Amino acid sequence: MFEWLSDNRATIAAVLFVLVFAAFVWSIVVGRRQSRLRAKNEVFGDPARTRGGWYWSVTGVTALVLLWGYFSWGIVRAYFPNSANEMCQVAKLEEAVSPIKAALPIGARYYKSTLLAVRNAAQLDELQAELPALPFTAAEKEDLDLLVRDIRKLIANSSNPDNMSEEARDRLAGISARLIDLGGVLRAGPTGDMTPSPEALAQPKWGTGVPEIPILPVTTRGVLFDTVSVTAAEIAGEFNKIRNHVPQNEVLMADIAARIKAFKEANKAGSFDERTADAREAYVKAVERIFKRLDDGLIFPAAALANVNSAIQDLDAASRSAQGGLRVVDALFMPGPGIVKSRTQCTEQGSARWLPKPTDVVATFARLANPDVENGGGYRGFPLLWWDWVPVADIVAFFIPDWIADIWPGEYAAHGPDGTINPKFKDKLLAFAQGDVDLGSVPMLDGHIWDSLFRVLVALAAGIFLGVPLGLFMGVSRFFKSFFDPLIELYRPVPPLAWAPLILTIFGIGDNGKIFLLFMVAFAIMVISARTGASGVQLSKIRAAHSLGANDRQIMWTVIFPNALPEILTGIRIAVGVCWGTLVAAEMLAGTTGIGFIENIARTVSDYELIWVTILIMGILGLVFDLGMRWLIRKTIPWRGMG
Amino acid sequence: MADLVCENLGMTFTNPQTGAKVEALRDINFTLGKGEILAVLGPSGCGKTTLLNVIAGFIPPTSGRVRLGDKVIEGPGLDRGMVFQQGALFEWLSVARNVDYGPRMRGMDPEETARLVEKWLDIVGLQGFGDTPTYQLSGGMQQRVALARCLINEPEVILMDEPLGALDALTREKMQSLVLEIWKETGKTIMIITHSVEEALLLGERLFVMAPRPGRIHKEYRLPFADRGVNESLREIKHDPYFIEVREEILTMIWDMEEEIMGRV
Repeated sequence: MFEWLSDNRATIAAVLFVLVFAAFVWSIVVGRRQSRLRAKNEVFGDPARTRGGWYWSVTGVTALVLLWGYFSWGIVRAYFPNSANEMCQVAKLEEAVSPIKAALPIGARYYKSTLLAVRNAAQLDELQAELPALPFTAAEKEDLDLLVRDIRKLIANSSNPDNMSEEARDRLAGISARLIDLGGVLRAGPTGDMTPSPEALAQPKWGTGVPEIPILPVTTRGVLFDTVSVTAAEIAGEFNKIRNHVPQNEVLMADIAARIKAFKEANKAGSFDERTADAREAYVKAVERIFKRLDDGLIFPAAALANVNSAIQDLDAASRSAQGGLRVVDALFMPGPGIVKSRTQCTEQGSARWLPKPTDVVATFARLANPDVENGGGYRGFPLLWWDWVPVADIVAFFIPDWIADIWPGEYAAHGPDGTINPKFKDKLLAFAQGDVDLGSVPMLDGHIWDSLFRVLVALAAGIFLGVPLGLFMGVSRFFKSFFDPLIELYRPVPPLAWAPLILTIFGIGDNGKIFLLFMVAFAIMVISARTGASGVQLSKIRAAHSLGANDRQIMWTVIFPNALPEILTGIRIAVGVCWGTLVAAEMLAGTTGIGFIENIARTVSDYELIWVTILIMGILGLVFDLGMRWLIRKTIPWRGMG
Repeated sequence: MADLVCENLGMTFTNPQTGAKVEALRDINFTLGKGEILAVLGPSGCGKTTLLNVIAGFIPPTSGRVRLGDKVIEGPGLDRGMVFQQGALFEWLSVARNVDYGPRMRGMDPEETARLVEKWLDIVGLQGFGDTPTYQLSGGMQQRVALARCLINEPEVILMDEPLGALDALTREKMQSLVLEIWKETGKTIMIITHSVEEALLLGERLFVMAPRPGRIHKEYRLPFADRGVNESLREIKHDPYFIEVREEILTMIWDMEEEIMGRV
């Protein structure tokens, strides 16, 4: 079932996108109609204007899903499932001709030859300008100047079309002709024998395997481009081998090489001081470097390459016409630079690279949510959210610290002369505290989400049970307020993560440190909200309670506490949100379970689907928490704002 | 039941930061017999509420003392019930929970308490509203709850701090009748602070007009209207020539005091 869903995710997405789009349009229609109806009854600024309007929520959510589908290329995969494969074949051709293009204006603005000629000439100019100041004799300087001029002559000779050898001329003409032929093949379209191989058809569909985009062509058009790209790669290989060895240069080059050698020997033979020797040597080396760069025949006359350039232009035009509708799909539905082939795989570029498709996110989530850890479910051998049998003894041991047994009067039992032990009560207590007893098992929630939830809930509970009473006392007592205020205000503004390194050192990487970090956050918020609530009680209510005969403790719990309840609940709501945010950061620092842990691993391996899944899980859990708190607030304090 | 006695009562507030002193009350002397109803009038800032808070025991006087019978008042107590301007109800509790707050805090038998709640809700005209949340009640009904909450403790003295100030005219008149009714039926001593001269005349068997800076009793009246109001229509009393005469006299008196304050400032 899941396999089938996973393999057909493109088709499923196609249906879903139609539904989402329909809902989008429908919600706008309904929304506009409702707005027209209500505009008559409600003036601008009337708070009633914000009530209802769920249809605009539908518009917002569907718009988000559509944008998501568009920018993640989910829509193009749903409706043109083969487009990526075809684009990949086009990318293969692009990759094949890229070495040729790199040498021509079509791919690099200037001819590569132009750049080489200009750059080398500029460096020769610099060398000539340096020469007068260098420690050479006047005769040597004259010779070197001549040498540089002769090297410059090499560039000029290579750039003259008249000097070009017949052979090089013919080979360039051959390249142009073959490229034009290749364009003809593309224009002719797929021939009968261009059918996808069975091997290609057996590849996993786009997005369901690794690599994401099937690389062998699965359509006739794809086969055409694939075939052409193979030939194009051959042509490019040949083009790279062509050298422009000009006959005029051969004598000159031998002469130059000999003169450079002579200078080198002169440098070695002469007894110069160290600095002079270095300067002379460096200059001759620099001249030699430029000379060596010019002896490999890479500078061609511009006119000789013009034909190749126009042949490539023709091939590009042929490619565009052979792509046909594919170009429209690319332009409209594939935001970003499209598909690029590199080495062994084709990859999506632009937003699709970091934004996974909605269906892929669901599939990844489903894989994570699968509790069958043995068969690839969960994450790192731990389910996302499931349950497990937990020995009751472990839970008991969690609540009973070992030192209870230690402080129990008496000594632990020692083994007797017969080698056996007769356990005393103290030993049994220790066994309880360490969970070494059999009390049966109970089902408990388990998994990454539960671990994160557990940390938040424990910290929150501790924060509430300690923070609220302290806050209430701070709200009614000068001593409590003044004593604790500086302590709390000192640590509260520090970002929780600033404490993290310290707390990790103190508590280790287990749950305790994270819970304590979260507790610190929740505690401060709860103290402040309870205090605000307590100090906001109307004096007349307190006086009424006094005159009705309530004592201080009764007033605390029957008047001040309920009066502070709205602030306390709002505080809890804020604390939940902040704890959730802090938790993820804390789990990124250390640990082996939790949502933040998953996200952290996903980050290091750049698994964007996993990153988005964890982001969505956190977002949805946060939303659920907040909705729950809103519901709780509505149910428990209906009197809010009515006192 | 015993008399409420104020002896040489004085109250001076000291600002804890600046040390500046304000004399809010000076030499207040009066005896309120049991079952009497007293209305206290005066321009704003004349110390009416301070006087009430001292009697209620919320603030200790700086000189003199307040006695209820032989007992010197040293703090809030069940023998003096309070009714505040806005009711000061516990809005998180239902009507019945508000009313039985006192008995509950004292740990009274729940059945007995329930019976008392029924009785008092009946008297203030709120039968059947026991389970209603107080925040859903109108202002007048909230004050009825406040009355019942106070009366259920059977205080000897009921202290009312502008209890009807926030109500509309019609509700106010009904509540005035209710106060008179309760006064007659229960025979409680009632001290009521108000800034409405008509209300003071209607409800006050005795009436103090207080003068400011320092707060003191400027003039005392003994009036027949409260007694008459138990049986007669309050609206008719208001047309009584004597009523109108006293009203004009007091209005002029307070007007002059206000003028004097403005002049001094």
